[in-house]
Amino acid sequence: MTWRDQTRQLMAPLLSPFQAPPAEARLLPEGRMAGPMPWVIAIMMFLTVIAAATGLSLGGAARGLDSELAGRVTVQVIEADSARKNRHVRAISAELLRLAAVESLRVVPPKEVTALLEPWFGDAGIGEDLPTPALIDVTLKRASPADLESVRTAVRTVSSVARVDEHAQWLAPLVRLLDALKWLSAMLVGLMTLATAAIVVLAARAALNTHRSTIEVMHLLGSTDLQIARLFQRRIALDALFGGGLGLAVALITLLFLGYRLSAIGSDLLGSFGPGWIGWLIIVALPALGAVIATLAARVTVLKALRLML
Amino acid sequence: MTNIVQFENVGLRYGTGTETLSDLSFSLAKGGFYFLTGPSGAGKTSLLKLLYLSQRPSRGLIRMFGDDMVTMPRDHLPKFRRRIGVVFQDFRLVPHLSAFDNVALPLRVAGAEDKDVIQPVNEMLAWVGLGDRASARPATLSGGEQQRVAIARAVITRPDILVADEPTGNVDPDMAARLLRLFDALNQLGTTVVVATHDLHLLSRVSTAQMMRLEDGRIADPTGMLRYPPKRETVNP
Repeated sequence: MTWRDQTRQLMAPLLSPFQAPPAEARLLPEGRMAGPMPWVIAIMMFLTVIAAATGLSLGGAARGLDSELAGRVTVQVIEADSARKNRHVRAISAELLRLAAVESLRVVPPKEVTALLEPWFGDAGIGEDLPTPALIDVTLKRASPADLESVRTAVRTVSSVARVDEHAQWLAPLVRLLDALKWLSAMLVGLMTLATAAIVVLAARAALNTHRSTIEVMHLLGSTDLQIARLFQRRIALDALFGGGLGLAVALITLLFLGYRLSAIGSDLLGSFGPGWIGWLIIVALPALGAVIATLAARVTVLKALRLML
Repeated sequence: MTNIVQFENVGLRYGTGTETLSDLSFSLAKGGFYFLTGPSGAGKTSLLKLLYLSQRPSRGLIRMFGDDMVTMPRDHLPKFRRRIGVVFQDFRLVPHLSAFDNVALPLRVAGAEDKDVIQPVNEMLAWVGLGDRASARPATLSGGEQQRVAIARAVITRPDILVADEPTGNVDPDMAARLLRLFDALNQLGTTVVVATHDLHLLSRVSTAQMMRLEDGRIADPTGMLRYPPKRETVNP
């Protein structure tokens, strides 16, 4: 028994609803119909899984960025005089803590601010005489526009030298890009599903032509359209499962490799990049979904062709 | 005796050409034996196609088994086709199936289990003299052997109607006589048999058979016996 037969045998129970009885199954010669179809389906499934994993990961990353940054703002106090700067910081902090919308706040220590500037000024570049802004990190309970506006109003009330920066605003273009790429991936998955269905339709038509004489004989002996369609469905479903499984396996290896490379970057921004467990379930289910689509496409094609006969 | 087939003013035209069959009006009695003769191109095969429900007529009425086959929805036709055995002129054996599987095909199409197929198929193959060729593929069989497999496949379900197009064209006279005896035996069991043939010697071998002659797509029925069959069980030619 070849490895392909073994795969088919393993997958056969999954296909029992589509299977013809053994005697009927022999009516189409084994192996002649498959041709390149399983391999084409394997390639399509590989591309579909990569596109789906990318889309699901981008969606997860966009959601992660949104939830992490949406409720956070930084108040920047731009004042050269250190004493006045500290007074502003205390006044703003006290005012913000009175707001119901504010969950917590943290005055960023000057050392951390200096560390943030180090990449531009170097270790020795920032002296006592270089005025640096004071930063207050504020976490809001909710990221509603009203709450953000209440923070802005509160800061304006007590300080004319402070500026409120929303984190989400800075990263909004990136989130929008991730969102656009997510939908592009979804579109690619859709297009590849359509292309796979088209391949199956062509394969089913070719198979119908190859076996036309057998089909005509069966038809005249009293076979129903469904009996004949079941023979093709079974064969195409097995080919699709074989191709889909192979494509998935190669795609998973590729994704694991990419995940390893991604984790080596160690970026916080990419930390939430990944399909998530629901995403993985969807990805693993893709070959079965592909087989169902292929089976339905084959069934519709064969039934449509048979309806041209009396 | 009831009629199992009834044609009334049936015409058949392929595409936009002239009519291949015109104004066919006749009845086939249940349990009758009919030879269909006529020159090549007279329309014998076309008439058989109407009988084994491979074609619908361009006009006229065809009633079979008491039902109107012209307006019958195509989804209902398979159950009628299973009641008709067909021996095609070109045999139409399935090339990748063994002689056994070819003969078993009508039983399997009808949903028979494998265990219920083995004995009748082996008996039928033995009857047509191919008991030792059960596992042979059609390509390895002679023309005569293929024809016998085709006949075995047509009669394995003991159909209500057996339609045979030149069933003895490729076999020797002894085998032809043997096959006709099989048809006759089936006929005695109640099967209506229609055999298209050029071999006029066959006609004398079945004493109860009636002859239908087709000329230029029309049934020659000068006595009106085919259109208005007499009220007796058999008609001598």
